[in-house]
Amino acid sequence: MLHDIWVLMIEKGWSLALLHGAGITILIGLLGVVIGLATAIPLAILRWRRVPVLSQLVDVYSIVIRGVPGLLVIYLLFFGSVDWVQKIASAFGYADSAENAYPFIVGIIAIAAISCAYSIEVIRGALQAVPDGLLEAARSLSLSPPVTFLRVTLPLALRLALGGINNVWQMTIKDTSLVSVVGMQELMRAAAVAAGITRSPLLFYCLAAAMFFAITAASQVLFDRAERHFNRGFSRG
Amino acid sequence: MDFSIATYAIPFLLIGTKTTLFIAAFGVGLGLPFGILLATARISRVNTIRKCADFYCAVFRGTPMLVQIFVIYYGLAQIGLIRHNAVMWWLIGDSLHAAILAVILNTGAYTAEIFRTALLSLPRGLIEAAEACGMSPWVIFHRIKFPLALRQALPSYSTEVAVIVKESSLASTITVLEITGYAKRLMSETFAIMDIFVVTAVFYLTINVICLSALNAIERRLSFERHSAR
Repeated sequence: MLHDIWVLMIEKGWSLALLHGAGITILIGLLGVVIGLATAIPLAILRWRRVPVLSQLVDVYSIVIRGVPGLLVIYLLFFGSVDWVQKIASAFGYADSAENAYPFIVGIIAIAAISCAYSIEVIRGALQAVPDGLLEAARSLSLSPPVTFLRVTLPLALRLALGGINNVWQMTIKDTSLVSVVGMQELMRAAAVAAGITRSPLLFYCLAAAMFFAITAASQVLFDRAERHFNRGFSRG
Repeated sequence: MDFSIATYAIPFLLIGTKTTLFIAAFGVGLGLPFGILLATARISRVNTIRKCADFYCAVFRGTPMLVQIFVIYYGLAQIGLIRHNAVMWWLIGDSLHAAILAVILNTGAYTAEIFRTALLSLPRGLIEAAEACGMSPWVIFHRIKFPLALRQALPSYSTEVAVIVKESSLASTITVLEITGYAKRLMSETFAIMDIFVVTAVFYLTINVICLSALNAIERRLSFERHSAR
């Protein structure tokens, strides 16, 4: 039993395939969260300022994406974009490389679109939670609105949003596994391929689970540390 | 938007809705008691029970549901002991059963977290009063702790119900044709990706709205305000 595992993992090199997959998973997750956050901040500001029409559109986007399964969003983006990605790529003469890079790019867009919808709610909530007194203080110092926003509101809101961002990150890293169903070579896909070829699904899916667990546990530790760092000087509760 | 595609898709999606609701009903019906049981285990005074329950919740909350469903459906079938045991094989041999099992095990871990915080937030004085009245631990639990914790936990639990409905879509990855499974099939059949997505999204949003308003009604019924308003 142990010898079989040794042969599979080391001599046949499946452990490398899984580790490579885990690397891709982390990469997709990070890119997804970062892109998602970067787009969520302006959208959250639109919602927070209640800009007419635009804020309703953001609302619809966030409600729909948060209300339907991630799998469905991924199907929409993958099947919905196959045609025009092919067209654009062949127009520029990159038909072959598009074939390879395509799942990766659309996968990241899908993950970012999902994490963005959740981040909007987190950031909007945090912006609203910034105490009015601080903003009034900034106004009485005659800071201009952009300066007030960048130097007072945003830093304070990001501190408040940290817990929510942690939740979004934990959710996103787990959502990356969904991209495997459309052929992205990440951890889950690597495990599925290994399980299919070696005919030992139990071993490889459990290993994939263990790796996901290691990723989420490690990032939880990092977030706890970050939270302690950003909350220094603030009283608890 | 092409209405002929919507009229073509809706009957299929309605069949899928039945399966989705079937899985979700089991997820709530069995996942909720399982989660409450786990929550009581996590605040138990016995070290081993508490550690085991903590570990279970950490594992199921720390790994993607897709991995869990694959381990259950593809992985466990590899073990001869399970394959030859009639009851176990009934549980995981059928893809629908395996999906339901995965949903229950997954939601149990999240529900336990919700109820654990609710149980921990109960005022100490009430429980001391119950103990002073000579109530047995079981009576204290089902007459004092549970009703109070339920009120605390319901708002978070209604979010969890929406999550269950969404997570049931993963059943489509192990060949169960529920809403998402049918949506995928319709997308590759009709190539009207956006139209199918919109119709499917309406289905999911309707289910979510119905579930949330039902839970809201329960919440209102259980809240203290109604009694004081009378």
